[in-house]
Amino acid sequence: MIAELGHFALIIALAMAVLQSVVPMVGSFRGYSNWMRLGSSLSIGQLLFVAISFLCLVMAFLNDDFSLKYVSQNSNTALPDHYKISAVWAAHEGSLLLWALILAGWTAAVALFSRSLPLVLIARILSVLGAISVGFALFLLLTSNPFERLLPMAPMEGADLNPLLQDIGLIIHPPMLYMGYVGFAVPFAFAIAALIGGQFDSAWARWSRPWINLAWVFLTIGITLGSWWAYYELGWGGWWFWDPVENASLMPWLVGTALMHSVSATEKRGVFRSWTLLLAIFAFSLSLLGTFLVRSGILTSVHAFASDPERGVFMLMFLAIVIGGSLMLFALRGPAMQKVAAYSGWSREVMLLINNVILVSAMTMILIGTLYPLVADVLELGKISVGPPYFNFFFVPLTFGLVVAMGIAVFTKWKSTESRLILSKIPVPLLLAIICGGVFPFYLATDYSFSIVAGLTVFMTVWLTATIAVDLIDKVGTNIKRVARLSYSYLGMQLAHTGLAICVLGVGLSSAYDQTRELRMAPGDNAEIAGYTFNFSGVNPVAGPNFTAFQAQIKVTQDRRLVANLYPEKRHYNAGGQVMTEAAIDPSLTRDIYVSLGEPLTGGAWALSLQVKPFVRCIWLGAIMVGLGGLLAATDRRYRRRKKSQTKPAVAS
Amino acid sequence: MHPIRKQRLQIVLLIVVASSLAAGLIAYMLGQNANYFFTPSQVLQGEAPVNVTIRAGGMVVQGSIERSADSLDVSFLVTDGLGILKVSYSGILPDLFAEGEAAIATGKLGADKVLRASQVLAKHDENYTPPEVADAMNQAYKLKQQGKYSPQEAEK
Repeated sequence: MIAELGHFALIIALAMAVLQSVVPMVGSFRGYSNWMRLGSSLSIGQLLFVAISFLCLVMAFLNDDFSLKYVSQNSNTALPDHYKISAVWAAHEGSLLLWALILAGWTAAVALFSRSLPLVLIARILSVLGAISVGFALFLLLTSNPFERLLPMAPMEGADLNPLLQDIGLIIHPPMLYMGYVGFAVPFAFAIAALIGGQFDSAWARWSRPWINLAWVFLTIGITLGSWWAYYELGWGGWWFWDPVENASLMPWLVGTALMHSVSATEKRGVFRSWTLLLAIFAFSLSLLGTFLVRSGILTSVHAFASDPERGVFMLMFLAIVIGGSLMLFALRGPAMQKVAAYSGWSREVMLLINNVILVSAMTMILIGTLYPLVADVLELGKISVGPPYFNFFFVPLTFGLVVAMGIAVFTKWKSTESRLILSKIPVPLLLAIICGGVFPFYLATDYSFSIVAGLTVFMTVWLTATIAVDLIDKVGTNIKRVARLSYSYLGMQLAHTGLAICVLGVGLSSAYDQTRELRMAPGDNAEIAGYTFNFSGVNPVAGPNFTAFQAQIKVTQDRRLVANLYPEKRHYNAGGQVMTEAAIDPSLTRDIYVSLGEPLTGGAWALSLQVKPFVRCIWLGAIMVGLGGLLAATDRRYRRRKKSQTKPAVAS
Repeated sequence: MHPIRKQRLQIVLLIVVASSLAAGLIAYMLGQNANYFFTPSQVLQGEAPVNVTIRAGGMVVQGSIERSADSLDVSFLVTDGLGILKVSYSGILPDLFAEGEAAIATGKLGADKVLRASQVLAKHDENYTPPEVADAMNQAYKLKQQGKYSPQEAEK
């Protein structure tokens, strides 16, 4: 009964989305203001019904309603309740429903918080968002209905949630990622509305900036959580694999980052207008492409795609309509929007342009590397996988270029900057960076050897933080209280850039100094890496709520001092019989000790993986700072104050 | 030429040169890092290059896993139903690696037709067979049905 209610609510939501996509748009062309006003009520109604539908699915999971095919495939009576809820978005159907719910949420937020916008514009924005909702609701109802029944032969017990997904990281990672993906629908809708109207003013940029920032913050946090989850849950200490699924989330992030920077130039100086619109279109298109790649099964094989052609063809058509249609519109209207504005070589405009070129190049190279195996398979050139060296070869130098440019960019001003001014600021950070980059690797390495990777990493981190510090000192001087006078968007930028410096430090140093040993250990055996002694005292059986496990005890000491007792596990899940490695980690800011249990060998011995990973935690710490910086910038007073002052003339007219 | 046009021409030329350089570099790096997949029978027939990183896989033959007594060196056989390929590896095997299940190894083929794997992947859940392996098994099955291939020949 609950499932039918959910199904029915979804159909009503579809009907509302259809109305929302048509009525305000037609009204905006005919000048019917009551038609246009209908958009916001419809979007709130749509949110209500998608939410009901979603709650029904949650209820079905909590009630163990295994007559639903989706529930029976992804849940089990022994599963703890919080995992039953997160199992809702563990597979294809439910995660699409989550997608639709989040889209309805963003749409309602736009309707509620954008009353100050011209009515015609808001009507068109809501229409575009409504049209995207129609696409997703249709996709759900026609090809991926989560409320499909398994009748009359309903199973008594479910197949269980994949144990890898039974984790706090996987409860929050997909919703965060989707908040980011779907959030880019808002700037996309605004770009389309602006293109339809053929009008573009800097109010567009000012209005869309906090939305772009927010979507980007969610995506940043989502990707960070995914990487963190892979690190501790997959059991082998890797945090980024250049896996197509990861690439699918990184591409919209890179374009979103480019968009966030170019829109600042559009707002302040009116430049890069059509480029900003194009980036808004691409950020959302890549989000859709990401959903398509991950959810269609095409990544495992083009044949998996052929085995379920309905879904794949629907998604491909949807993608073609959204990308093709918006690019067509852009081709017709975009060039007319360009405004010629003068800026010279050392201006902030040029630095932002460099930022955009680097970020878009990085995205393009990832896109090619990700799609090439698919194209090769379709053309029967062989089954190919593109290895990480391809991605690293391009990504590392691009990042280096980006960081160098970021350091210079903080000193530039809009329009033009005297080169004398820039040259006077650069020497101190540069010298500091060269000295630290040259000296620190000797200090960090256990055998006093020099690592080029570590040297360049330290150079980048010191260069970036030192330029930020110099700029802050310039602005604040000796009076620390002046920090409070700096705008949130400036502080947010500096926080995000510092976060990137720390993230780069983590990536570089953990790659340069990672020490891993996989070895056979019998009870009582000792092994030594990176100055730590690992003592293996054997394995005991333990029981969890829905699994049994072998738990090893490993004592880690340094110079006879106890550092940590670690208990890695090898788990056997009762319901599906899956085996999973649960690593044990002793974390600290400067290094992680990471131990995981392999397979049992003869004579009570086990295969063990022992790892020491210097500064690996800085990767996620830095990434969280990047996200917080974006959040801080999005809450800048400027956006709120200007909105209020705009309300008055709008009412008067 | 008009100075503005001249400037535009320079910019266009710069973009053309830079993007063709980038395209060339991408094509080269893709070629260097694209790992092709081969079935055991393809490897035995000499289709796979020696000392180049490739991927190969199939079903792990029952009773073929041999562990060294004092290290993590291990070897096993994989088959697509036609040919059998020996894989050697040193390290921890994935959780779902087992005899009679699908596995894919990435590594370099030696002149002795043994694949020295740097990475071994097994299926990542109970119901999943890597599509490359499923495909290889299907093809082998078809060839057998048509009588176009006799395994004895290849194993010689």
